[in-house]
Amino acid sequence: MSACRTQIHLTVNGQQTAVEAPPMKRLLDVLREDLGLTGTKEGCGEGECGSCSVRMNGELVNSCLVPILQASDARIETVEGLAIDAELHPLQKAFLECGGAQCGICTPGMLIAATHLLAHNPNPSMDEIREGLAGNLCRCTGFIKIFESVIAAAAMRGLETRAR
Amino acid sequence: MRGDPENLELIAASSLPDVLAQMAAAPGSWTPIAGGTELMVAHAAGRLNAQKFISLWGLAELDFIRVQDDSISIGGGVTFGHIRSHAAIASDFPLLARAASWIGSIANQNRATLAGNIVNGSPAADAPPALLVYDAEIELISQRGSRRIPYADFHLGYKQSVLEPDELVLALHLPRRFSKHSQYLRKVGTRKAMAITKVALAGTAIVENGTIHEIRLAAEEALRGRWLTAATRNAARAVLLNEVRPIDDIRSTAEYRKHVAANLLDEFLAELNNRGSSG
Repeated sequence: MSACRTQIHLTVNGQQTAVEAPPMKRLLDVLREDLGLTGTKEGCGEGECGSCSVRMNGELVNSCLVPILQASDARIETVEGLAIDAELHPLQKAFLECGGAQCGICTPGMLIAATHLLAHNPNPSMDEIREGLAGNLCRCTGFIKIFESVIAAAAMRGLETRAR
Repeated sequence: MRGDPENLELIAASSLPDVLAQMAAAPGSWTPIAGGTELMVAHAAGRLNAQKFISLWGLAELDFIRVQDDSISIGGGVTFGHIRSHAAIASDFPLLARAASWIGSIANQNRATLAGNIVNGSPAADAPPALLVYDAEIELISQRGSRRIPYADFHLGYKQSVLEPDELVLALHLPRRFSKHSQYLRKVGTRKAMAITKVALAGTAIVENGTIHEIRLAAEEALRGRWLTAATRNAARAVLLNEVRPIDDIRSTAEYRKHVAANLLDEFLAELNNRGSSG
């Protein structure tokens, strides 16, 4: 009793695309398997760790909990969309400079959650950064260097003009 | 082991009447899914029993916050992200706004809906204590029509409610008469962020000249009209220990939960006492 595959149209990092997939297939799996965008990681697969964070129509979501049918006609932003040509996003530069990334599994989700935070709040306090990233777990850095990276990125010029 | 999406059906409807028609045609065979913060987790864990789902995500008829003179109505499809950032909810129903801000992470709050939190029927759900002390009414809708009942009468027991197989939660209605009340809400979990509740206590009260005029919480009968003395606090604690019926589960024991609930009540009454004596 295989369900019908459905054609889904969506826009990923500004590119319109279409996939054919079972409607309950996770957005995470469509990104990684159908579209080859493996920057988005799977950690827990149950919405606890934030490794699979993407933005959907401007809202931060866990892509492991989104059935692809609900992403029909949606605008999706993944970590692959942060750098423009070879120019890293200020958050990516800051994570490099401040040691905000170690093993790298949480990093794409951290970058997306931090992008979302700074889009709403360009100069967050430490408490606001902690809350904004509370759904993203890192088991390497102890978080401090990640929070420092966000502060450094916020201080970089030109961030606001790039925030989408 | 993870479920296979090839074995599951998911349809979307263009309007609420379409959803209700589908549900009326085969009551109980369609499981509504909104933000997926519960059902997709069950899917990932391979413990999803249902096979046919109907999406409620994005239905405008369920996604509204209506502010009237005497009440605020919140559609079942409103996310906790919207609830916590809504100015009128924050000012009139701060306990609900605070509970919304505790639910999972920002990413979870952007997807989890008020109705989902309610119909899931978990005793650990964050919104229900606030809805109960605010005397919320719940409005249910099906193709047969809609009905409105006190939210306190909605849940029948663990994961059981009066919701019929062809019904959806249309809205919660909260009377706007609590802005002068002292309000209390505390959640006890393993840690602050992303932790599921073990015990929560919500309360609202009006205290004048050291006497409790109005109070809403589990042990209210022992308190209304009483002086806020140590004896009153002890009596209320005894009633609460006798009245609450927590469960044993993976997160905690019923015994622990009972005593923490009693401690929370005592903390609320101590706060009322301090406020009462300071002015």
